[in-house]
Amino acid sequence: MSQLPALIPTTLILAGLLSLLVGLRSLRAGHLIALTGTVVSFLVSVIGLLEVPSSGQPIRYALGGWIPPIGIEFVLDHLAAYMTTLVTGIGVLVLIYAPRSIRHESPGKAALTYPSMALLVAGLAGMSITGDLFNLYVFLEIAALAAYALLATGRRGGAFATLRYLLIGAVGGGFYLLGVGFIYFSVGSINMADVAARLPELLESRSVISGAVLMVLGLALKMGLFPLHFWMPDVYTNAPSSSAALIAPIMTKVSAYAIVRLMLDVFPPGFFTEALPIAATIGWMSAAGILFGSIIAIGQQDYRRMLAYSSVGQIAYVGLGIALANPIGLIGGLLHIVNHALMKGLLFLIGGAIQWRTGLVRIPDMVGLGKKMPWTMYAFVIAVLAMVGIPPTAGFFSKVYLMIGAVQADAWVWFAVIVLSSLLSAIYFFRMVEFVFRDVEGAEESADDSATGGVSADELRGAVAGEVPPSMFIPIAILSAAVILVGVFNFLIVRALLEPAVAPLLGG
Amino acid sequence: MTIEFFAGRYPYILIAVLLAIGLYGMTMKRNLLKKVIGMTIFQTAIYLFFIQGAFKQGATIPVYTEEFGTDPTLYMNPLPQVIVLTAIVVGVAITGVALSLLLVTYRRFGSLDEEVIIQSMRESA
Repeated sequence: MSQLPALIPTTLILAGLLSLLVGLRSLRAGHLIALTGTVVSFLVSVIGLLEVPSSGQPIRYALGGWIPPIGIEFVLDHLAAYMTTLVTGIGVLVLIYAPRSIRHESPGKAALTYPSMALLVAGLAGMSITGDLFNLYVFLEIAALAAYALLATGRRGGAFATLRYLLIGAVGGGFYLLGVGFIYFSVGSINMADVAARLPELLESRSVISGAVLMVLGLALKMGLFPLHFWMPDVYTNAPSSSAALIAPIMTKVSAYAIVRLMLDVFPPGFFTEALPIAATIGWMSAAGILFGSIIAIGQQDYRRMLAYSSVGQIAYVGLGIALANPIGLIGGLLHIVNHALMKGLLFLIGGAIQWRTGLVRIPDMVGLGKKMPWTMYAFVIAVLAMVGIPPTAGFFSKVYLMIGAVQADAWVWFAVIVLSSLLSAIYFFRMVEFVFRDVEGAEESADDSATGGVSADELRGAVAGEVPPSMFIPIAILSAAVILVGVFNFLIVRALLEPAVAPLLGG
Repeated sequence: MTIEFFAGRYPYILIAVLLAIGLYGMTMKRNLLKKVIGMTIFQTAIYLFFIQGAFKQGATIPVYTEEFGTDPTLYMNPLPQVIVLTAIVVGVAITGVALSLLLVTYRRFGSLDEEVIIQSMRESA
């Protein structure tokens, strides 16, 4: 059992490297290896997810047998199990979905895509699980490098957008690393538990304060918190669908999670709220980001650009949860990490399916798609209901927790922002639903005209009744089901995983 | 006071200046190659910060010798140096990816000027 934490990232790294070597000879085998590695890692995460709440104790693993404060330590606790399961689960679904989408959108890049996907998931799972501040930086950069490779292979501007993302990412990583340096030179340790034990005597130290600010600033850049989000829309718009579907749901969330980790488990309770105005700053940036993202999304014509601006708003919900810094609010923020990952993953996969089937990327062109690919569009409606926050979908409950948290914190402005942004996202998503299901004479024809940009008749033969093929539809169906199930059973997640995770906020 | 302030801290001031130069290059320069150069300067300043923080006058490598005995103050702290080595590896990988992205961008747009590329992307969209 104690080997569990190490198995999650190492399986993925191994699978990524093997997949690269094998994939150059046989694409299919390369894909299979990456997929197998991710599935194994997902199963291990699920075992951890069941094991940790039942024993109530985190599973610790000391790398190379070095005793923790000296060596690097992996800690699989409630929150880490929650994150690794999400990250690897999305990884499995996107890897199932990817081959056809890649063959259509960026042919010839597949051999390098699967290893990069496995390494990206490895980096993010490692960030979730590590108990060491510097090790977190290393995993952060592993994930970032894999993400640059995945994102750059898309449309014409992909490489340029990714280069701008890389520069921002380097600054973010650099600030975080500097912060680790400040903490190390004043505390004398980079093991999270050890730092947490030594910090209370040093809270007045200016270098501890600078370290905390630099680390949070670096992670905020990585998570795309408004106004540090400006790289996001171009990157997501130009990336291949399957890469965007993997990166948009989980990448920024894991950086948000790292901030939560610092707040809960490294710095003492109250340090981010009372000693320093970090939480309040994140809160106002998030509130501005929610409104900005939602308003700009309304005007977008490109489907993925709309999703990107919506992501700018949605990641800010997690930021609000951090800022509220009371248990209910933080539970809302953490629950929204999973909810938004499922919804946004679903929406990007649907975008890729539309592009595969019809070649369309602009919303006004999508008139009448409801007839052409009805099942995919039902899944789209589920995702939209969740994004707007209509019960019993997942999106509803995280917003309810956030609202209760805002009421408890007397943060009425933030409360209003949450309500208002739900209305705004209703505007831009229902507009699209209306387009898709509009019954227009001749819509069939115009859609067929543009189908020349889509798949050839040969490829379409394997598809189900004019829909996308099973390898693309099954991940969409699973995510749609997950959006509803996570909504209905959210109390189980909250009780088993999130309530113990936020216990440090109660001063425990 | 001022002289003592600078005399005790000049390595850190140098590091801060390098960080500022790097950030300036990354944000203010329009040429993408200069931005990447700014990035490497920024990263180098961070390595120097760790090396400077761990530096000890008159200490030796952290391997036990008879001559120095068991006094820990006579040995260098290896951890920051290991961190820097790892960070350099990460930095080289980032620079490598950045250069390859630069190359692809130049092939597609025929320019490394940010404004020109953005203009070209707007026109094609």
